[in-house]
This record gives sequence, C-alpha cells and structure tokens, in this order.
Amino acid sequence: MPIFDIFLVEAVVNGILLGGILALLALGLNLIFGVIDVVWICYAELIMLGMYAVYYGHNVYGWPLWLALVFGVAVVAVLGALLHQFVIRPVLAAEPINQLLVTGGVLFFLQAVATLVFGIEFKNIGIRLPQLSVGDMYLSLARLIAFGVALAGMIGMYLFLTRTYLGTAIRAISQDRAIMPLMGVNPNRIFLITSALGGGLAGLAACLLVLQYDIHPAIGLTFGPITFMVCVMGGLGNMIGGFIAAFIFAQFISVGGFFLHIEWGYVIAFVFFIGMMFWRPQGILGSR
Amino acid sequence: MLRLSNVSAGYGSFQALFDASLEVNAGETVAVIGPNGAGKTTLLRVISRLIDATAGEMTMEAHSLNAVPSHEVIGYGIAHVPENRRLFPRLSVEDNLRMGSYVPSARAQFSGRLDQVYALFPRMKERRKQLAGTLSGGEQQMCAIGRALMSGPKLLLLDEPSAGLAPVVVQAIFEVVRKMSAQGYTVLIVEQNVQQVLKVADRAYLLETGRIKLSGRSDELRENDAIKKSYLGL
Repeated sequence: MPIFDIFLVEAVVNGILLGGILALLALGLNLIFGVIDVVWICYAELIMLGMYAVYYGHNVYGWPLWLALVFGVAVVAVLGALLHQFVIRPVLAAEPINQLLVTGGVLFFLQAVATLVFGIEFKNIGIRLPQLSVGDMYLSLARLIAFGVALAGMIGMYLFLTRTYLGTAIRAISQDRAIMPLMGVNPNRIFLITSALGGGLAGLAACLLVLQYDIHPAIGLTFGPITFMVCVMGGLGNMIGGFIAAFIFAQFISVGGFFLHIEWGYVIAFVFFIGMMFWRPQGILGSR
Repeated sequence: MLRLSNVSAGYGSFQALFDASLEVNAGETVAVIGPNGAGKTTLLRVISRLIDATAGEMTMEAHSLNAVPSHEVIGYGIAHVPENRRLFPRLSVEDNLRMGSYVPSARAQFSGRLDQVYALFPRMKERRKQLAGTLSGGEQQMCAIGRALMSGPKLLLLDEPSAGLAPVVVQAIFEVVRKMSAQGYTVLIVEQNVQQVLKVADRAYLLETGRIKLSGRSDELRENDAIKKSYLGL
C-alpha cells in the first residue's frame, strides 16, 4: 500500500462531509432535549414529512426548488410547534418514560399517516447533483452542499443562542424553568419557539437529504437511530458534544467502510457506540 | 404603591397565608420578619403571582394584580429576588443580568442599567464573564439583586438575602440594602435576621404561622417586648 493513498483521503473527506449532515441532524434533537428535557423519538419522522413537503412543493405544485425548500423548513417548524402544544405540553410534568412512549406513538402515527396519504412508492424530486472530481478524488456535490449548509446552520444557531435575548432565554430556561416568569418570560412561549426551531432544523435536514435520497414513509428509520446514537454519544442535550460525536461517527462509517466494506462501516460505528455506552454512558461531553 | 388586603394563599389543601394585609409606600423600605415557615416566602410568591391568592385583593399603583399572569408582573414595576438567589448557574454573570432586562421596555436601557449595577457592585464587573454558578454565596446574592435591578423596578422584593451567608457577607448585603433605600428604591424585604433588617427598614410587619401579628415602625418594634424576647434574644 502506498504511503499516500488517495482513496483513503477520499474516504476521510467523505467522512467529514457526512459528519456535517449528522451534526445537523443531531442539532435539532439536542436543542429540544437540552431545553425542554423531552426526547422527540419521532424526530426523524418530522424529517420524513419535511422531505414530502419539498417533494409536493416542487414536483406536484411545480414551485421553484428554492420555494419548495423554504416550504419544507416552514412545514416542519410548524409541526414542531404543534407537537409541543398538543403532545408534549400535556405530559411535561409526567415521567420521562411516558414522554418517550407518547412521542414514540407519534412516530408510528406519522408513519401510518404518511403511508395512507402519500402511498408506499418511492418518490424523488428528480434532481441529481453531479459528482465533483477534485484531484483524483470524487466527491458528491449534494454532500458538499449539505456540509456547507449544516455548518452554516450550526454557526447561526450558536450566534443566535449566545447573542440574542431570545437565545439567552432559551439557554436560561433549560437551567431554571420555574423562575423564568420573574424575568418577564412566558415559559410556554419559549418552549413553543424552541420547538419550532428544532422543527426548523429538522426541516433543514430534510431539504439536504431530499437531494440525496428517495422519499418513502419509512425513511425516518434510516436516519432516526443514527441521529439518536450521535446525540447520546455526544451527551444528550449537549450541542457541542453532538457536533464532535457526529464527526467521529462519520469517520467510523466512512473510513471503516473504506478498509472493509461499506456495510461494515456501520457495524464498526455501532460497535464503537456500544463500547462507548459501557465506558462513558453519559456521552463525550455529557454531565448525566 | 403596593397594597394587600386580606390576602390568603396556600399550596393545595395547605394554607400558608391567612388574611394578610400590608402596604408599601413609594420610597419606603419595609420588612416582613418572622420565623421559618411563617409564610414569608409565600407572601412574596403571591405578590409575584407565582401562586394564586385564594382570597383578598392585591394592587400595585391602583392596578389589580389578582389576575395578572406571573410573567407580566414585572411590567407593573415589581422585580423579585427569589429565595436562594436562583441564578442561572451556567450562564455568565453578564448573561444573568441580561435576563433581568428581558422585557422589551428594559432592553433599550440595558447598557445604562448595566453601568449602574456595576457601580453598585464593582465585583460583578470584574466577574462579568464568569459562570454565575462559580460565584461565592455573597457574590451570587449581589448578582441576583443586580439582575432584578436590570428591569428598572419601582418595587424590589427581596427574599431572605442574608440566608446561608457568612456574618461578614451578611453585613455587606445589608449595606447594599441600605444603599438602595438611600438611593430611593422601594423595597419589600423578607428576613429572619431581625436584628439586622430592623436597622435598614423604615417599617416592619411580624408574620407568624401565616398571620400578620404586629406591625409598626422599625424603631418601635425594636423596643417591643415580644419581639425583643423572641427575635432579638434580649
């Protein structure tokens, strides 16, 4: 094997690009858990609905792609707020297991509704972005765009949380919910906004995934488990931990797949995850 | 400014406050004293609407507070420094102060008020980038008072500012209260440290088992035999 293996470099670069999208997937879920202390088990199903929204906007109603993408983000943001208002809010004071079960119920509900409404056939928006050749490497343009948008989304989120009143309130409410009214903050309003933001991030992920994958009612199962693993490995609710974990995970998949076989990449990543759960169950940067 | 008439309140079936009536006039520093579990914290929580009054009337500058949602009370000019300070431990000192000026009317005044708070508590300026959870107890109390001042309140509610602090720090906190009342702030302070609080307050109410038992000017209460015996250890 030569010292400088271009295919290995390609695998590493692809891993970084995959890490970007995994990090974006984890961001919304971590935001919700970190602030509201509830895990949206149905998170990936919201992404699925976002992908359908883009498909309907672009391919059924014939809107320009950009409008369909904005529509996709908006639809999932609204769904996030509705999910909070009608499903999460009534169980906010309930046991964590009940909260998990209720959002798990929403998962199956959304899958069933999507199957009824959209049918089981695969759909795609008919846009296939080309492979770019950089030197001797082939990189997917869709992944490159996804990486760029994911990075921009995360930086935007960081600036929002640290530089604005609303962002500061979102960080504050995760630390002491009960005294927020003394600051003049209506806690339910902050939760609704956070849910819409988390939904919007899921919608953003949907826009990027729809460029690379066909849409079907069970597609949430493709991203759901890996998203949860990234979040748990980073420390549930810890956005920076999730970011780091996403890139570690992606490298396992990409480089592991390079040395063995692409399916083995996932196996290695999952084995690593299980090992991590024994060694550091609270996650890389988690505190609980 | 603030007037409570025959206010009762409690938690579930437990009644913590019976028929409490009190009044705070503009510019006054008024203390509510009494032992642990007398209902002092409940009294402040009722005023801030964190719990409902089950009977009675509360008004702030002639506006009824009885049905105001808790997050709108601050809009009437009432800022509440809660029991145990309750800072946001993983926010910086400055972000904690920023949360104090969250209401839209206070945001425009943020930098001016921040300077005022830093002038009152120079320590907070030195520590402004530090996480609030890493401050000492006394510093946390100053930060909590500073946070309440950031909304530019007409009336400041202080819940046991001296609790859990070392004697030297207690002195410093009461010095701050004295300074604030000298600057014209209106303060309603709840305290177990009767000796100290009667030195800074203009008037005081004695609350025992949820009922107001006595009220009067601080110098009068200091001479009251019952207070002397039960609270001043004389």
